[in-house]
Amino acid sequence: MTEVWALFGAVVGTYLWRALGVGLSGRINTNSEFFKWIACVTYAMVAGLVFRIMTLPVGLLAELPTSARLLSAGLGFAVMLWRHPRLGGLIPGLLAGSSVILIAGLLQSN
Amino acid sequence: MSSLRAIIQFRIRDPARMSTHPPSLIFESEAQAFKSGLRDALGAPAAVLFAGMLGFGALGHSIGLSFWVTTASSLLMYALPGQVVFAEMIATGATAFVIGLAAALTAARFLPMTLTVLPQIPAERRDAKLYLWVHTLSMTSWAIAMRDFPKMDPLHRRAYFCGLGLVCWGVSAPATAIGYQLAGTVPLPITLALVFLNPLFFLLTFAEVRPPANRVAIFLGAFLGPLTYLVSRDYSLLATGLIGGTIAYLFIRIRDARGRP
Repeated sequence: MTEVWALFGAVVGTYLWRALGVGLSGRINTNSEFFKWIACVTYAMVAGLVFRIMTLPVGLLAELPTSARLLSAGLGFAVMLWRHPRLGGLIPGLLAGSSVILIAGLLQSN
Repeated sequence: MSSLRAIIQFRIRDPARMSTHPPSLIFESEAQAFKSGLRDALGAPAAVLFAGMLGFGALGHSIGLSFWVTTASSLLMYALPGQVVFAEMIATGATAFVIGLAAALTAARFLPMTLTVLPQIPAERRDAKLYLWVHTLSMTSWAIAMRDFPKMDPLHRRAYFCGLGLVCWGVSAPATAIGYQLAGTVPLPITLALVFLNPLFFLLTFAEVRPPANRVAIFLGAFLGPLTYLVSRDYSLLATGLIGGTIAYLFIRIRDARGRP
């Protein structure tokens, strides 16, 4: 039963932020300084979350060495930036990065 | 019209390439913008969410959550980092109230996320139904919307946003359910690669962020995120956003002010 109540609390706690955003968004002008500031805050938050997951993961990812996670991120990012019509870009970058994780995982389990 | 169609067709075939060489996104109608949102979501964004939720399903199983609560959290919370906190805290035996509060703290990012995406939708396309649609907003669809909204007619943004969100949200609960059932049967290296796709996706989309202030914010956030996490797990994200974002904003503002005659 605790599970269900906890889920209820977490669902409400999560949704409230989204609803608050809808309620307030009508008053925000995209050319305002406030909009520019809140965009910076959001990008800092999202980047903070992503780098935290990569450097200090909890759960499964913690089983990999930090070097493997950083190598995967670095290679993925490099491939993303590569201006090659087929071998560069988002999807090749994701494939390259996750291959590093796959190989690191295989090496570790041996 | 034929060249227009060529642009759209091309887009469908290779969305990854489009991201580095973007033409303007032109839709003939809102219906077409909605469909395009659905289609764009079915590439990397849905794959990334599917992989992340698959991993979460497996996590729920290993922690000992019930199948239904694990799957329902994807359907109703639909916020992966918060769901991980939720699952872990249940495992530690925290009270329902404390768990709800902790999940709410990690979800605080949804406020600035909605505040940066929704004001880009013009007032005549905003109504009470957005209170439903906003539930389909994830970090994944946020990243895509932030990238592509400026390239399209403002009147088409809402329809595109709905299409994008619907697919991303739609794949999450089934992926969680599958992950829960498959837990333990998939080799660990594959699970690891799938789970890592999620943060990797966001890292790669950072490459396409153009405004200098936002780039500085990402750079600062990258350092502050892990640092503040060592101090406080609960307030790490809020602190990172407010400190990193404010410094980035002021830095570029001061730089621009100096640049002007």
